[in-house]
Amino acid sequence: MERQAVNRAKEAFLSGRTRPLEFRLQQLHALQRMITEKETEICTSLKQDINRYDTPLLELIGIENEISLAIEKLTQWAAPRQVDRNILTVSDEVYVQPEPLGVVLIIGAWNYPWAVTLQPLVGAIAAGNAAVVKPSELSEYSSLLLRALLPRYLDKDLYPVVTGGVSETQELLRLRFDHIFYTGSSTVGKVVMEAAARHLTPVTLELGGKSPCYIDKNCDIRIACRRITWGKFVNCGQTCIAPDYILCEPCIQGRVVECIRQTLLEFYGADPKCSPDYGRIINQRHFSRIMSLMEGYTPVIGGQTDASQRYIAPTVLKDVPPHSRLMQEEIFGPLLPIVAVSDMDDAIRFVNEREKPLALYIFCSDKKATKKMIEETTSGGVTVNDVMMHYTLSSLPFGGVGQSGMGCYHGKHTFDQLSHQRACLIRSLGMESVNLSRYPPQDLFYFLSLSNIQLFRDIFTT
Amino acid sequence: MSREQEAVARARKAFQTGRSKPIEYRIQQLKNLQRMFTERQKVISDAMKKDLNKSEVGTQLYETMGLEGEINLALKKVKEWAAPRPVEKNLLTLSDTVYIQPEPLGVVLIIGAWNYPWAVTIQPLIGAIAAGNAAVVKPSEVCVHTAKVMESLLPLYIDKELYPVVTGGIPETQELLRQRFDHIFYTGNSAVGKVIMEAAAKHLTPVTLELGGKSPCYIDKNCDISIACRRVAWGKYTNCGQTCIAPDYILCDPSIQDRVIAEVKKSIQDFYTDNPKTCPDYGRIINQRHFKRIMALMEDSTIAVGGDNDESDCYIAPTVLRDVKPEAKVMQEEIFGPLLPIIPISSLDEAIKFINKGEKPLALYVFTPDDKIINKMKNETSSGGLLANDCLVHYSVSSLPFGGVGNSGMGCYHGRFSFDQLSHLRSCLIKQLKMEGVNNMRYPPHTPKKLGWARFFILNSVDLGWAGRMALLAVLAVVAAVVIQNYLL
Repeated sequence: MERQAVNRAKEAFLSGRTRPLEFRLQQLHALQRMITEKETEICTSLKQDINRYDTPLLELIGIENEISLAIEKLTQWAAPRQVDRNILTVSDEVYVQPEPLGVVLIIGAWNYPWAVTLQPLVGAIAAGNAAVVKPSELSEYSSLLLRALLPRYLDKDLYPVVTGGVSETQELLRLRFDHIFYTGSSTVGKVVMEAAARHLTPVTLELGGKSPCYIDKNCDIRIACRRITWGKFVNCGQTCIAPDYILCEPCIQGRVVECIRQTLLEFYGADPKCSPDYGRIINQRHFSRIMSLMEGYTPVIGGQTDASQRYIAPTVLKDVPPHSRLMQEEIFGPLLPIVAVSDMDDAIRFVNEREKPLALYIFCSDKKATKKMIEETTSGGVTVNDVMMHYTLSSLPFGGVGQSGMGCYHGKHTFDQLSHQRACLIRSLGMESVNLSRYPPQDLFYFLSLSNIQLFRDIFTT
Repeated sequence: MSREQEAVARARKAFQTGRSKPIEYRIQQLKNLQRMFTERQKVISDAMKKDLNKSEVGTQLYETMGLEGEINLALKKVKEWAAPRPVEKNLLTLSDTVYIQPEPLGVVLIIGAWNYPWAVTIQPLIGAIAAGNAAVVKPSEVCVHTAKVMESLLPLYIDKELYPVVTGGIPETQELLRQRFDHIFYTGNSAVGKVIMEAAAKHLTPVTLELGGKSPCYIDKNCDISIACRRVAWGKYTNCGQTCIAPDYILCDPSIQDRVIAEVKKSIQDFYTDNPKTCPDYGRIINQRHFKRIMALMEDSTIAVGGDNDESDCYIAPTVLRDVKPEAKVMQEEIFGPLLPIIPISSLDEAIKFINKGEKPLALYVFTPDDKIINKMKNETSSGGLLANDCLVHYSVSSLPFGGVGNSGMGCYHGRFSFDQLSHLRSCLIKQLKMEGVNNMRYPPHTPKKLGWARFFILNSVDLGWAGRMALLAVLAVVAAVVIQNYLL
């Protein structure tokens, strides 16, 4: 069944109908309509999957934004891009022509099932590709809804939805695509890339990691903690760019805990279990996984759980040792460990000893110190004095580095990622005399004249 | 620890000292590299003559001159390339600092090829150095003499811990591929490309693969056939056809086939005399294995020009094959040798259909004075690069990204593209711990009113001048105050 869907998508692509910009715009408009018209159903599916009520804020606005941007800019993005000429090509046409790749495979994740599946799709459509969409089976209701909705709005041959679990995904990965866009864990990322290697298929891997959050002792701790609390506990910590753990000096640890406690009260009330805005863990397996991370530690905030609801209270742990289980894997849950460091240099060392994270957060009012921390570390992205917000600006490429991923997207970056940038040089059959120096016999005279051209080329190249 | 493991470990340690990061250091290393080519031209040419029978002029023309150009470009531009790149803001980030910061990746593995060993091994190295990385350089063992020269020369000029040269064959390469790198840059064939990517996947290492394929060359019957054939002959027989972007085969109307053959024959005589074997400008096949491979390709086709050969010298004359059938041996793999098959094709549409049946090539050549034909060819096919009315030269335009698509490769380089390919472009958003009121719309408890504000701020992107930004900032401050005052308290 997977093979059929892919073959149909390939044939539909080869028919050439995704080429004209009007067609792509029409599909994007249809997608926009789907989001607007079916907002309620989409919210319901998310409530059922993950008990999330703030879906419009988190997911749909982002998708709407991407679609509007693509519609507005498509003509510009798809147009030939002029490049600098040099003296040898001064009378030629030289440009880069963006082209569709063919059939893209988009494998979504369960934590923001609509955003991480549809945002790449927007780019795929804009770039003129066909796309096979494979939503995560863990977000079951969203996955089924997407399968029902997408064919009603978009071309169902070009953009089929294939649902299923591990075996269906493996079957898909055996087939040949022109690009694979995967969002998920590093472990599966390796499997996807290995499968892609067999067909020499380029990949975009949006993975994860432990995103560190450094709080400088001299900044406005109250506001810092407010922002961190929001970023950590939204979607119950199940966000790839959630601040995973806090690094701060021991002298402010107490203050940090208090500020977080107060903020939690403000956001979710005295009992987050009753708050309509507090989410749940996606399934039993992850619930048990997160619970086991806490083993042996007493939280200073939260710690209450209810397995029947897959509820874990917003939890903060302090004085967490670097070698603890909590610090060995991406938490992806509502546990916020605080690790003590002696100063910013110590924090930088700590971050650099570990894998490159998807995001780095620095809370600091000192511009110089902030600059130093940015320069001496690396990560997919950085937000200073807030969390996650670099995700929302579509002019910034969103992606990881090292274990946190490869490639990037959002806005024009998605379009470029899912296009082939074809180098084009259009010469004429005239001016053959200029070419004479390159033809054999290659003797000194001709060579010297060519060297001079090279010299001019260097001088006049911008 | 194996020799390879040691070299990589040392390179990583050297990178971690941070010394490859300052721009001055990168510039100094690039200048040293530049000096190497100026001072050691003779040694380099001698090795190339032994490996590929390349003349001294040929070596400079096709290898070192291009590198010198790339080094000059990098020297001129590295500061600009490495600087923060500001990006467009939206209303929410109006008062913030937003930019992309290029950063080194770490330790890059560069696996070179044997056909233009200096060009395809050192060009990526220039990009790696410019981007602030360490780089392990693994030249192809097939060009025996050049690999030795690289191994002895590079450490004399550039930092030998940061940029070690590791020579060896398959087992040494496999050992290297077991180590962890931050990027692997490979030039070679698609079969090995798959092996490289599979090895890279185990460490989630991104790759640039410059591969190959059969680059088609379409000659329109209405073009100046004499000039077209001259350019094609040059593109084909340079380096004895052992060029990744050589025109692999010709597609043309049957009515011009004889003319094409005659013109190519004439160009061969002009370039390489009646006896190319004695001409210093005509190369040799790299080794016996490839010689035998290429000879076998000719077996089931008709020779129109050339065909003579000498196994003891790895010499194959510039050869043209006529009336070649699509099922012929010579059409089943990338030739990478001095055989030029002509496939008669009755129309442009037929040519396009034929091209699209094969894998996406690294280059596509079309010879025609008619823009409509060029555009049709461009719109209905895909390839790494497209060049109209000439061969090979798009390679030397450093403002064009050079790379393949599909089976012909992934990623691209040259000029600034090398720098970007071997950098991490890190998104940076610098906010302040003020104006917290604006953030209230995103905090729980959630209300439809808050959502409305969020929609307004996120869905509007602006590109105002400084004055416009200041004005909008003032408005924003007032709005935030009003919002806090009336709705959220």
